[in-house]
Amino acid sequence: MTYAIAQLAAVLATALFIFSLHWMNDPKTARRGVVAGVTGMSIAVAATWIQPEIVHHGWIVLAIVAGFIVGVPLSRVPLTAVPQRTALSHAFGGFAAGVVGTAEYFLGAGENPAQLTAFRMSAIVAEVILGFLTFTGSLMAAGKLQEVKWIPQRPVTYPGQNVVNVGVLVIAVALGVLVVVHPTAAWSGQVFSAIVGLAVLFGVLLIIPIGGADMPTVISILNSYAGLSAVAMGFVLNNKLLVTAGALDGSSGLILSVIMCRAMNRSFTNVLFGAFGTVQKTAALGAQKVWKQETVEGAAQLLEQASHVVVVPGYGMAVAQAQHKVRELYDQLTKRGVTVQFAIHPVAGRMPGHMNVLLAEADIPYTALVEMEEINPEMQQCDVALVIGANDVVNPAARYAKGSPIYGMPIIDADKAKTVLAIKRSKNPGFAGIDNELYVQDNTWMLFGDAKAVIGELVKQLAGGGLH
Amino acid sequence: MIDYWSMLFVLVLATFIGLGVIRRVSRLLYTPLMSLTNAISAIAVVGSIVVAGADYPGTIRILGAVALFASMTNIVSGFLITDRMLKMFKKQ
Repeated sequence: MTYAIAQLAAVLATALFIFSLHWMNDPKTARRGVVAGVTGMSIAVAATWIQPEIVHHGWIVLAIVAGFIVGVPLSRVPLTAVPQRTALSHAFGGFAAGVVGTAEYFLGAGENPAQLTAFRMSAIVAEVILGFLTFTGSLMAAGKLQEVKWIPQRPVTYPGQNVVNVGVLVIAVALGVLVVVHPTAAWSGQVFSAIVGLAVLFGVLLIIPIGGADMPTVISILNSYAGLSAVAMGFVLNNKLLVTAGALDGSSGLILSVIMCRAMNRSFTNVLFGAFGTVQKTAALGAQKVWKQETVEGAAQLLEQASHVVVVPGYGMAVAQAQHKVRELYDQLTKRGVTVQFAIHPVAGRMPGHMNVLLAEADIPYTALVEMEEINPEMQQCDVALVIGANDVVNPAARYAKGSPIYGMPIIDADKAKTVLAIKRSKNPGFAGIDNELYVQDNTWMLFGDAKAVIGELVKQLAGGGLH
Repeated sequence: MIDYWSMLFVLVLATFIGLGVIRRVSRLLYTPLMSLTNAISAIAVVGSIVVAGADYPGTIRILGAVALFASMTNIVSGFLITDRMLKMFKKQ
């Protein structure tokens, strides 16, 4: 009877999880997806807990309470910190898989060696390697995103790095084969522990050469790994619900990784083994052109007289906490009948979709957020492109400058607008050291200063600072 | 004896369903999508409940409880933050 309940619960939970993801296809229905997910999860947990084999309840209650105590504050982080929270949750997922795999191995070796068949041992080894490498890799990624002091932000590279990395993984897998063949030899426990250690080490080594610009891709790849480790756990525990949920998570991570890679014109291997983000000096532009500065008054007039304004936000906008001022500017302009749209590059922000969330928080309606592919054909009709804190994603050099690290990356065609207004903090070249010729184009006018302050001034001008 | 073939079957079918469903997800919602899938894959909690609650040796059950805590954190924070973000997406 309880077996039938467990199976029925698993089927129900599977259906609810698929519905949950299905409803994410539209912001209107998306919140229903959360309800479906929570319901599926509750059903599955309850059905597992009532099984007769569960005889000790104290630690289960304790762990669940502790999960709530840590989980609730983690869900209240500022939205700029969502990428590191996501990386941290990948770490937790990987850790849970790794620990359960370890427990299952030592349980089998100690109590019931017959359970450690070659197939099951292979699944345990896969679970442990994937789980622990996801654990430390994601912790490193979270640390880099949080800008923890003792984790280097800049990519750390050394000669032979890829050989060392691949070597560590190969040794771990080779030892894995060894324990699959001899699961219960006197030395198998030590070998198993060595596999855990190597996986932990590999996760760290995998992330240290990766720079900040690649974080959206890396988070997506780690998401995929976390899903795969859940799949392996499903194989170990003979649990189809786990395999299904893990596969959904894994395929989601895979799709997002592919989208992120395409948006940067890079391949998987290039992200993981290429050490992008190392400072590459590009050749100076042939003739050194100079930028033209515009006053706030002039910029406000330009915006006011436009009929179509496209805002191109970059992470710099979020760093300056300028979203809410941007919303005020949006209100001022739409009030005057100006069409205002936001052009969102797929890698804007620090994780997939990050910029949309940051703008939505400032109450900018999602109907005004437009993807790169949709906005680019319209850019020639756009009167003013307002670039706020974006740099690489609007750099025309990506189209033709073969030596440039951003060559081939799809960009938002801000340069094709009739007029470009760019807000930039300082007159120095960008952080990445790549010159951006957009700033010196004939139709570009620069506004120097902190994004929040400059937009605040623009809003003041528009709200009645002497125009009309 | 575990029927591994049917498990592989489930894996392949679930992967295709996942690819099909995720491809249709609104591009606006990739960040909440990631926190939602993260919470869903924390269904690994059912495995941890068995390891922590069955009649196993104490050390094994401690490992189970630790894993249970990690998964539970993901469930709670994952669903809550997903809902918090989705609430912000308004049409007007």
